[in-house]
Amino acid sequence: MENNYDLIIIGGGPAGLTAGLYGSRAKLRTLLIEKMLAGGQIATTDHVENYPGFMTGSGQKLTEIMENQAKKFGTGFIMAEVTDVHLAGNEKIISTSQGQYKAPAVILAMGTSSRKLNVPGEEQFLGRGVSFCATCDGAFFEDLPVMVVGGGDAAVEEAIYLTRFAEKVFLVHRRDALRATKVVQERAFAHEKIKFVWDSVVDEIQGENLLERVVVKNVKNGRVKEIAVNGVFVYIGFLPNTGFLSGQVQLSENGYIIANERMETSLPGVFAAGDCRQKLLRQVVTAAGDGATAAFAAEKYLEELR
Amino acid sequence: MSTKLFEVNKENYQEEVVGSKLPVLVDFWGPRCAPCLALMPEVEKLALEYAGKVKFCKLNATENRRLCIDLKVMALPTFLFYKSGEVVDKLTADEVTKESVCDRLKSFV
Repeated sequence: MENNYDLIIIGGGPAGLTAGLYGSRAKLRTLLIEKMLAGGQIATTDHVENYPGFMTGSGQKLTEIMENQAKKFGTGFIMAEVTDVHLAGNEKIISTSQGQYKAPAVILAMGTSSRKLNVPGEEQFLGRGVSFCATCDGAFFEDLPVMVVGGGDAAVEEAIYLTRFAEKVFLVHRRDALRATKVVQERAFAHEKIKFVWDSVVDEIQGENLLERVVVKNVKNGRVKEIAVNGVFVYIGFLPNTGFLSGQVQLSENGYIIANERMETSLPGVFAAGDCRQKLLRQVVTAAGDGATAAFAAEKYLEELR
Repeated sequence: MSTKLFEVNKENYQEEVVGSKLPVLVDFWGPRCAPCLALMPEVEKLALEYAGKVKFCKLNATENRRLCIDLKVMALPTFLFYKSGEVVDKLTADEVTKESVCDRLKSFV
């Protein structure tokens, strides 16, 4: 049966791609299901310089190499959305927009999605100024003022990226210090186009046809002000893409999958890898490590089943 | 086999898209937009499937920025669906998946 595999991986970011590489090299019939973009979130990152062995380059380039490497050893790829899963028992069933797939072992590597601001105007101006992807949309804002919301690596790195186009970049952060890696912080502080708006959160996004201004509130003194910008790039954290699991494996309070050192979840034959797993550090390098471990553990699991 | 999408730009948009007798789908993309590039081969397959029923166009947003802003397209990927010169449907940013494009095409034709 062409829809039967040894190992099915859900999610095509660095965790899933590495699991594909290791699964295929272990001679497991391996299928990777990705709904949109093989490479995952990092593929939309302009600049990766903390993945060892890859000095510098775009996330797209890095994940293209990973994808080709997995394909070279035989990982099958389909672009489909997973609609339902049945993970208990020896035969796991994955239902997708492109049909049903079965395997005795599954690796969950769905990653995370951007957290939204949930303020008035955000939905209205999505695609007309509100963006979650600076590399996709940055060029529209040539010589215009923009805002980045957030204080982590993604926020600060994308603020720096946007200075290539934008006239000015306001970085709005709810605290008085950044969380981003020190070397990234230093670059941002040294950049003349980046203006920091500390201790502040977005209250409302306003405009007519296109986005024109953002109402920002200072959380310490309650003062409200308007900042004239035409774009708002939101990087205020992430939410795990674990909704469709509907409680079949144990999740943390925040919805991340709980897995042990072998990447085993609460269900036999079901493994987790990458950003969707409860863990300390979410980076390409740790995702790749998870993917390798998960595929190795899946291989051992399958050997014992036989 | 895939077919290439018809390339439109600020010079021919009026004639090829707005003036088209067939319904038109315009795929707004950019060379730095990873999701756009990932989706393009799937859109090319759809173009083959809908040949003769829908005209499939693509527009490089980075080279036609002013036109995009006039069309209120400020995010990639974006798909605009035209009938008799009017935009009748739109998919943008994270609404865009292979599934959503397929679904909208079905109700569009």
